Amino acid sequence: MAYSDKVIDHYENPRNVGSLDKGDESVGTGVVGAPACGDVMKLQIKVEGGVITDAKFKTYGCGSAIASSSLVTEWVKGMKIEDAMEIKNSQIAEELSLPPVKIHCSVLAEDAIKAAIVDYQKKHGGA
Amino acid sequence: MTVKTPIYLDYAATCPVDQRVVDQMVPFFTQAYGNAASRTHAFGWTAEEAVERAREQVAQTIGAEPKELTFTSGATESNNLAIKGIAEYLHEQGDHVITVVTEHKAVLDTCKHLERQGKRVTYLPVDAQGLVTAQQVADAITDETVLVSVMFANNETGVIQPIAEIGKVCHDRKVLFHTDAVQAFGKVPIDVQAMNIDLLSMSAHKIYGPKGVGGLYVRRRKPRVRLAPQIHGGGHERGNRSGTLNVPAIVGFGAAAEIARQGMGEESVRIAALRNRLRDRLREEVQHVTLNGSEEHVLPGTLNMSFSYIEGESLLMALKDVALSSGSACTSASLEPSYVLRAMGLDDELAHSSLRMTIGRFTTQEEVDYVVELIGKHVTRLRDMSPLWEMVQEGIDLNSIQWTAH
Repeated sequence: MAYSDKVIDHYENPRNVGSLDKGDESVGTGVVGAPACGDVMKLQIKVEGGVITDAKFKTYGCGSAIASSSLVTEWVKGMKIEDAMEIKNSQIAEELSLPPVKIHCSVLAEDAIKAAIVDYQKKHGGA
Repeated sequence: MTVKTPIYLDYAATCPVDQRVVDQMVPFFTQAYGNAASRTHAFGWTAEEAVERAREQVAQTIGAEPKELTFTSGATESNNLAIKGIAEYLHEQGDHVITVVTEHKAVLDTCKHLERQGKRVTYLPVDAQGLVTAQQVADAITDETVLVSVMFANNETGVIQPIAEIGKVCHDRKVLFHTDAVQAFGKVPIDVQAMNIDLLSMSAHKIYGPKGVGGLYVRRRKPRVRLAPQIHGGGHERGNRSGTLNVPAIVGFGAAAEIARQGMGEESVRIAALRNRLRDRLREEVQHVTLNGSEEHVLPGTLNMSFSYIEGESLLMALKDVALSSGSACTSASLEPSYVLRAMGLDDELAHSSLRMTIGRFTTQEEVDYVVELIGKHVTRLRDMSPLWEMVQEGIDLNSIQWTAH
């Protein structure tokens, strides 16, 4: 299987690997996937004034899963949370030129950012 | 010491053709190009002589008579011919076949084909080591059983089944015994007499011969085994397998078998030492590694290990200068992790995290050491970005978490 240059770039130089303090009021955490399925993504955002000022991820999964989560953290920084909620897996798949068997990686990344936003919103009294 | 990359550690998939083998094959393309079935001229006679010499060379490797060997296009065809051929020929005697869950797809898919035709197949489970016992086979045999098919050594784990014991059970119960010996042939001693093997599948390209040629041993005495041919035509190979013989490939198969037989003792010691070095050093350098399959009953060159908390394909991607394979779902078209490892009771996470490394004739110690360091480095890097590793470091039991399956 050949990987696209962008997948290889994100895999070899992942952006924003790490963790934020999940107890922090301004941090939202999303963990999606399952070890049995071969991928788990943890995506965290720091929100200040409705804008995502920082994002971190950790991913257990194939190169495409790592690249999808890395790309999303790059995209959401500086975005309003409403706009980040609108990110679609198809945009991720297109940007990374994912083959059909890897589309689920982009779906997971979309789920991860949504889960992180929902977690943040819960901390602040729901959506 | 600089190591030349890429490094090939996938000898269980295929091998380079040994130059000595190529040298023996070449004249049969351009000079001695006769059809081995041509009885009327010297071109045919020369080709036939070469085929018969190869037949002797291959037969000798397993303690068989040359007449007991049928050349095929490879082990997939050999397995098809053995299993369908026996089931069809003995259909009046019974309709039951016994095999094992960890067999190669060439056996499993052939058995599924038999089931679609209304025959019954028992798939024996294996233990955590990947082993099946002769007792399990004995317990599964019924009056309807016509064939037992158990692989000699597994392609993913290298685990060697108790073939002689299973052969004895089959012999005592008068049930034919087939073994897919693709991985074991030429690597460990095989004696079809002592092991009571009635049919045995083999392939040339796993022993430094050419692709596209293999063989099926079919016992001629005690008992005389007959099977229904699956390819009809000119009655070649005693009617077992029609089709013009691929003379250069067969010559290469014979040459490869002879080299393997003569060098087996020395080569298996050298290869096992390299495999053990790779295994032991990985255990030292990398935490949380698991050996998959029996450590004792295993081929000299095969090593299958799981690296917890990282996914196999992402590790393969990091090891782009090293050719090896993974039990990870992501490397298969089916998106299912290795059925062989799961049959041994490995949970899906460990199956996803597995690598198969196979060492062969041209592997060096420098290559092994290079790979250990490379794996160590990248396992650390990938664990640093693994949420599972982070949770384990925080003392969280991964089994206590409600995961969202997808």
